Amino acid sequence: MELREKAKQLLESGAVKAVLGFEAGTHGRRRPLFARSAEAAGRLVWDQGCEQNLASYVTRKEVKRLGRMAVAARPATLRALLQLMAERQIKEEDVLPLALDDAGQVTELASAQAIEERLALEPQQIPAKDRELMDRLKAMSRQERFAFWQGELSRCIKCYACRSSCPMCYCGHCTMDCNRPQWVPVPSHALGNQEYHTVRAMHLAGRCVQCGDCGRACPVDIPIHLLTFTAEESVHAQFGQGAGASAKLDYALSTFRPDDKESFIR
Amino acid sequence: MAETYHLPQASLDPLFSVILASGRRILAPTDRDGRSELNPVTSPAQVAKDYVQTALSAKGTVFPKVEKLLSYATEPGKVELTDPVPNALPTVLFGIRPCEAAGFQALDAVFNWDYRDKFFNARLEQLAVIGVSCTRKDDACFCTSVGGGPGAVKGSDILLTPMEGGYLAEVLTEKGQALVALAPDLFNPGNGVDKAKLVVDVPAAFDQPALTAKLPALFDAGLWADQALRCVGCGACAFVCPTCVCFDIQEEADPRAGRRLRIWDSCGYHMFTLHASGHNPRDTQGQRWRQRVYHKFSYYPERYGMLGCVGCGKCTRACPVDMNLREHLVEASQAQVKP
Repeated sequence: MELREKAKQLLESGAVKAVLGFEAGTHGRRRPLFARSAEAAGRLVWDQGCEQNLASYVTRKEVKRLGRMAVAARPATLRALLQLMAERQIKEEDVLPLALDDAGQVTELASAQAIEERLALEPQQIPAKDRELMDRLKAMSRQERFAFWQGELSRCIKCYACRSSCPMCYCGHCTMDCNRPQWVPVPSHALGNQEYHTVRAMHLAGRCVQCGDCGRACPVDIPIHLLTFTAEESVHAQFGQGAGASAKLDYALSTFRPDDKESFIR
Repeated sequence: MAETYHLPQASLDPLFSVILASGRRILAPTDRDGRSELNPVTSPAQVAKDYVQTALSAKGTVFPKVEKLLSYATEPGKVELTDPVPNALPTVLFGIRPCEAAGFQALDAVFNWDYRDKFFNARLEQLAVIGVSCTRKDDACFCTSVGGGPGAVKGSDILLTPMEGGYLAEVLTEKGQALVALAPDLFNPGNGVDKAKLVVDVPAAFDQPALTAKLPALFDAGLWADQALRCVGCGACAFVCPTCVCFDIQEEADPRAGRRLRIWDSCGYHMFTLHASGHNPRDTQGQRWRQRVYHKFSYYPERYGMLGCVGCGKCTRACPVDMNLREHLVEASQAQVKP
């Protein structure tokens, strides 16, 4: 079944209060649409332009108030939903993910297990363009890499579009906004920018679902997603688990297992 | 009355040279790595050829993202205060669009409202604007709906309009005359071309005075929350905006020394109006989005007799979720006011 038809059905039967998908925006862009009526569901579109990770909305209070929602999902969206379940931010029954294939056919994924099974069919791949730059950065000396990021981060204006777009940046009160005590300088000067992005990358290590929305959101085109991509890969390599793989995943960096390869903790 | 000249294409190179030789730096749109942004340039060849707008506005030249307001150091029994001198470099802004040039007036309205801000004024005094009229537009543009236009002169010291073989040059202010005086031979007498035929046509999208008149009655309308449902609450729109002037003051201090910094802030942030009590009068994104629209289209006209928007569309282009300001204003213009 196609998305519009499925959305109409779900809304008319009362199974969900809203279907979160995409509509045609300006400049040929695609943008989020909260379809709350069968009529609005007619505006839903699905194509390659529908890149945004809509899971970032399901933890927002204004959106939660709408009631149970179906969400048009790419693999990265599904990973984010599982990770949000693992972190106990949403319950399985709060959201109905609608997985879409390239032909636009919809599959309802009514349980976390169904999401996990679906994801097992979709190999997780970093886009070639990102992989190329990551490889280039990895090949640099530490000094060169530091200079690269200093140059990029000097252009940051700290608008927090990266944080606001991230499905895993759901904290109601972010460390960046704390002022008693103030952990990170708020101003967008060299130190403030560098500390912000470093802390954010560390906080997403083992939690980043590699959707790339932070980089897409950046108004000055800093490839900021490469920091969290790299941190995530590092955790995956060392702990053997990736973010968003399961709804029952303990956080790699704060979980102890008796068979841990390190001995210092025993 | 503006003096009108013809500036041949070949005059741009020597014009840049005499400007630089006079001790001024030139900031202009560049497109290095495909990113359209203002950078220092030394020749016209470095200026982007194919841009509608830069991503960030030029407001950073007078209202930088971080400005040191004071610094202090303490010793036992003694506090030493330092009043920073604004680092205002003589600057020529070349190639910004008429909409952005008009934006400086909206900043001026706040920074010279009751208190004259020395940092803003020091930078503005050192700034000359050579605007370039628009021969292209995109669907975020709506200058003509907010009193501007693709060849509007407000805010520019010299406005260049591209034409066959060079530019129509309108010298509009004393600062503009001072730039011409650096090399008067580069400017030929004007030849009476019709500017309106050289610039792009931007049809008006909505009736702004009617919208402004209607906004008070629309305050409780549901459309603001509906429009803002997809807003993620970042500050991209405010930070790229040439007229958004809200700032925060941050103190960076340890027991021995400290400094006070003025930084950009945004009414879209959930903490913008958060009270110490925990109460927030703008608790939802819909209320914060409404504030953004009202500040620009209702409170600015009421308080300063001008709009807080120049229709440049930078917010729309920067928005990660396509919050299209023009489209939202058109929707508000068409909304029914409930009695």
